[in-house]
Amino acid sequence: MPNMSLKKNPMPVQDPIERGRNFREVALGYDEATALDEAARCLNCKNMPCVSGCPVNVHIPEFIAKVKELDFEGAYQVINKSSSLPAVCGRVCPQETQCESKCVRGIKGEAVGIGRLERFVADWHNSHSTEAPKLPEPNGHKVAIVGSGPSGLTCAGDLAKLGYKVTVFEALHLAGGVLVYGIPEFRLPKTIVQKEVDTLKALGVDVETNVVIGKTLTVDELFDEMGYEAVFIGSGAGLPRFMGIPGESLKGVYSANEFLTRSNLMKAYEADSTTPIMHAKKVAVVGGGNVAMDAARTALRMGAEKVYIVYRRSLEELPARKEEVEHAMEEGIEFKLLNNPTRILGFENPDDRRDPRNGFVTGMECIRMELGEPDASGRRSPVEIPGSEFVLDVDSVIIAIGTSPNPLIKSTTEGLEVNRRGGIVVEEATGLTSREGVYAGGDAVTGAATVILAMGAGKTAAKAIDEYLSAK
Amino acid sequence: MYRIISKKELNPTVTMMDIEAPLVARKAQPGQFIILRVDENGERIPLTVAGCDREKGTVKIIFQIVGASTELLGHKNEGDFIQDFVGPLGKATHTEGLKKVAIVGGGVGCAIALPVAQKLHELGCEVHSIIGFRSKDLLILEDEFKAASSRLIVMTDDGSYGEKGVVTEPLKRLIESGEQYDEVIAIGPLIMMKFVTLTTKPFGIKTIVSMNPIMIDGTGMCGGCRLTVGGKTKFACVDGPEFDGFEVDFDEAMSRGVMYRTFEQEQREHVCNLFKKEVQ
Repeated sequence: MPNMSLKKNPMPVQDPIERGRNFREVALGYDEATALDEAARCLNCKNMPCVSGCPVNVHIPEFIAKVKELDFEGAYQVINKSSSLPAVCGRVCPQETQCESKCVRGIKGEAVGIGRLERFVADWHNSHSTEAPKLPEPNGHKVAIVGSGPSGLTCAGDLAKLGYKVTVFEALHLAGGVLVYGIPEFRLPKTIVQKEVDTLKALGVDVETNVVIGKTLTVDELFDEMGYEAVFIGSGAGLPRFMGIPGESLKGVYSANEFLTRSNLMKAYEADSTTPIMHAKKVAVVGGGNVAMDAARTALRMGAEKVYIVYRRSLEELPARKEEVEHAMEEGIEFKLLNNPTRILGFENPDDRRDPRNGFVTGMECIRMELGEPDASGRRSPVEIPGSEFVLDVDSVIIAIGTSPNPLIKSTTEGLEVNRRGGIVVEEATGLTSREGVYAGGDAVTGAATVILAMGAGKTAAKAIDEYLSAK
Repeated sequence: MYRIISKKELNPTVTMMDIEAPLVARKAQPGQFIILRVDENGERIPLTVAGCDREKGTVKIIFQIVGASTELLGHKNEGDFIQDFVGPLGKATHTEGLKKVAIVGGGVGCAIALPVAQKLHELGCEVHSIIGFRSKDLLILEDEFKAASSRLIVMTDDGSYGEKGVVTEPLKRLIESGEQYDEVIAIGPLIMMKFVTLTTKPFGIKTIVSMNPIMIDGTGMCGGCRLTVGGKTKFACVDGPEFDGFEVDFDEAMSRGVMYRTFEQEQREHVCNLFKKEVQ
């Protein structure tokens, strides 16, 4: 008998006040009994609407059926057929707009907690399974992957399972891309990312850190000198965007990428870290996406007494994952919606140019907005309310308004077509770029998007690369 | 891991090392930089390439001990390893078509200016070098500069060697005496580079400066190294590190450069104390 409760089992979480002062994971995960209770809510629909909502088409009802049978390792194997990073996806996917948005149980009541079950299964596997992955028969073909973020890792994993010799080139000193430099520890513990990377290594994937493709080696050298037969570019989003308002170079103004890289990758939140970061008391984060939520909640955990999210549209338009917005609100982050920054103010002592306080942020002037007519994207565009400027009292500003593509690869790869915004142009069905044998996916193509979309792109490209090299 | 092939102390605070990094050595050009991490928990520090040996696969770095990481690096010896070494990053110095250039180097900046002087010299360009130091005991690379320049002027702040004074004095004198430079290339402390541009601007001589802001990834991801150049935001790691000196907002760069000064001093003291304890 299915469990007909209209509500999904809530996710146990750390107390909001307590967690706002530590970097431990916020969501604690289902225990076995809760997982079984939640799995029992799945109706095992024949037409599987949830699967169509998943960018990598995880066989959702099938893995949930295994959970019901208490075969957790079997459930993991079902997920792993489609997804190389289950423990990551279970944590950071926006399920409410993907698989869970298609769930029949969601028509009357709440959808099945698919993401929570996925996380339970992946964590169970990680803490119980000792089985080494089966090594595939090598097929003699070499593929290079540029970037070790979600798209690169997925593409690498899928190709390695087919017997390809895969090398992943990573510019930073640590593999994982945005999973290690961007998404904070309290949302995605770094040991989990490491585990996923280790799993790939066990499959025979080589990970070369400290290699910047476009600088240390070019795409052409990968083909001509190193004998790779196909290249997948998953180099990520690139340069942070700024607003172009006065004061953005003051001390205490960070791009979200810089602030998060300092705290996540460089561990600036740990007491003995060698990487400095400003421990601001009052912080404004500009933007409304997941990155903005991550930056705001990180600032809080670094000791800020007051953290604002400043966003020019309303709550409805906030692009962040619903759970992150709720968590941020519970933790006491104040949402200044329908507000737009106009300038950042800094300390200036006119009598003493050597005053050490000079050049540090003292506040941010904002203007109130109202929603006007819908724009091209269908969202009502915000319009300034004249004369409504006010100053927000802050000592740090973190700008999380997106990125523009990194120029390093396109400037050193002849014949690689990019669009007007600098994103690499690909065939949607295959990820093939304008160069033969070169595929791309993830933020390098789409601009800043989600982990799962990048994984979907990595998967698509892996399939196309396999077809291309098999036919060769 | 990257092996330290050789180490030489150039003066009490400046050290030169050759690091085994064949992929970097194959490509590195004057003006470009690398990022290294000394150990597992180290910060990423950018250092401009001071030369490389493509056959041996080594890259030369010259660094001044200013903070915790350079202090730690300075304690490493020949045969030791450093954790990470990545590059070459940034754009190479533009040297094409230059017939006559004045190179102005200040302090440890001379280490970066030298390969530029050498490359220009090799290309047949007439190089005049002006190198400045606080005092004689901080002087580095004099012979190397002499070999790469048709004219070399050494300045010290206290007059303990060469001429007494700052680098802009002989630069102005040379220009006023009728030397026609295609370009002036200035590499050194921000304040020096600022004053070099103020010296050359009235004469309208194109002046290139090498910026060394605080950086993390060095590949165009974090935006920490941003500068205002010609009123626009530029990233030293991918757009630079060299820029048209007349366009750079030096005051802003100086202000941003000292953002973490207190933290850095505390960290360095902490590291120094650890080494002192080891010695005891």
